[in-house]
Amino acid sequence: MNALTPDPPESPAVRPLPASVPMFHIPNFEGPLDLLLHLIRAHEVEISDIPIAEITQQYLAYMEMWEALDLTIAGEYVVIAATLIEIKSRMLLPQAPASAGEESEEDDPRAELVARLREYQAYQGTVEMLRAWEEMRRQLFFRGALENADDYILPVPAGEAHVDQLYQALHRLLSEAGVEDKPVTSVTPRRRLSLRMKMAEILRRLTAVGPEGVPFEALFTLPCPRYDIVLTFLALLELLRMLRVRAEQTKMLGAIQVTLIPELQEAQPV
Amino acid sequence: MTEAALECLLFIAGEPVPLADLARALQCEEAEAEAALRSLQVSLAERGSGLQLLRIAGGWQLATRPEYAEVIARLLTRGGSKLSRAALETLAIIAYRQPITAPEMEAVRGVSVGGVLKTLIERRLITEAGRRATLGRPMQYVTTADFLHYFGIAELAQMPPLEADTPPPPPVPADVVTDGRPIRADEETVSPDSPQTAKPSPNENDSE
Repeated sequence: MNALTPDPPESPAVRPLPASVPMFHIPNFEGPLDLLLHLIRAHEVEISDIPIAEITQQYLAYMEMWEALDLTIAGEYVVIAATLIEIKSRMLLPQAPASAGEESEEDDPRAELVARLREYQAYQGTVEMLRAWEEMRRQLFFRGALENADDYILPVPAGEAHVDQLYQALHRLLSEAGVEDKPVTSVTPRRRLSLRMKMAEILRRLTAVGPEGVPFEALFTLPCPRYDIVLTFLALLELLRMLRVRAEQTKMLGAIQVTLIPELQEAQPV
Repeated sequence: MTEAALECLLFIAGEPVPLADLARALQCEEAEAEAALRSLQVSLAERGSGLQLLRIAGGWQLATRPEYAEVIARLLTRGGSKLSRAALETLAIIAYRQPITAPEMEAVRGVSVGGVLKTLIERRLITEAGRRATLGRPMQYVTTADFLHYFGIAELAQMPPLEADTPPPPPVPADVVTDGRPIRADEETVSPDSPQTAKPSPNENDSE
């Protein structure tokens, strides 16, 4: 069961090794809690009843072994080692006589560590479950999304609009804007509109219409140059990121409604 | 007739299609569409099709049957590696505690999760879900629809309650098999009594 219980530190086996030694099997732990659980399991004791002296000794033996093998030891292991030593020393102290009436369980110095171990262990069952599900699911194959996806656009899921959906909406707008054909050589003058101005404009508009907000498309006044569309879209994304506005889509393929988030209105001026 | 139409829809979709979408395309009630889905499920099994109909990641999708995985593997090379233990551990925590921040995950795991989160985001199993309005405004993470799809479940409610001491029984992602309703068929790999047990939630009228 215990795949590799390290030799006690004083054993000759953990001396610094010459470069040519054969490979050792070193159990791979996901972290200090994993190592602790491994040790506790090897002892076949309850988590709540950790034999702290032995476990600490073995834990430290692992660390010394890693050190001897010239492996770097992650800081997290050191933290738990310190915790173990602290618990051990606190358990060596005599109980205060005043607390004789109460159950000593109350201030078991191990309690916090035990709670952490329990929580960590609870997820280990889930890990096994997910691993089994993953394996089963890998026996199944699905068709990918269509190769000729240009034929049509798949519907987006309903609910709060995601960046992806906004992106799709942008594409729709850009393709509409693209209808106005311009000669290839046409000159696009540099516009003086900045992102900041656009954001302020959107906010002004949303403040004006009140809580019902405006549809996504209404933020764009078509036809307009692509530059404006992109700028408006960027401004909208920035406002979303800053949690100044909210974009919602209540039904499949429905309009995306953009509303102001009121409580943050007095936040930093744009 | 409805069944055949459904088959078309599911064939072209290439991703799980929500019941509501199917009903809209068929111009019928959702209950009717669901009944048709069930009957398509059964008839696929009865005619010994290599395909099966699954309720997965919040929708319905056609998939190959598991017994043909080997044949497929001989034709196609499988891409994508399995998830590491660290990734599964982190996913498990996110699945039960979402939205959750990186420091909270680290408190449970006892190790840093930065690299793992990056992998999980790249594989689209989790996504960022805004910053929490606390000190430092840490980013919060949630699982995605791809997470459900990756593990072959229809919704998060299918994950059993988190048990403190006893690990959960060997699970069966119920919808991968039959979504609860027994398919009377000549299936070797499926034990007929497996589905319902692992599922805490009823599956008939959820998620819509």
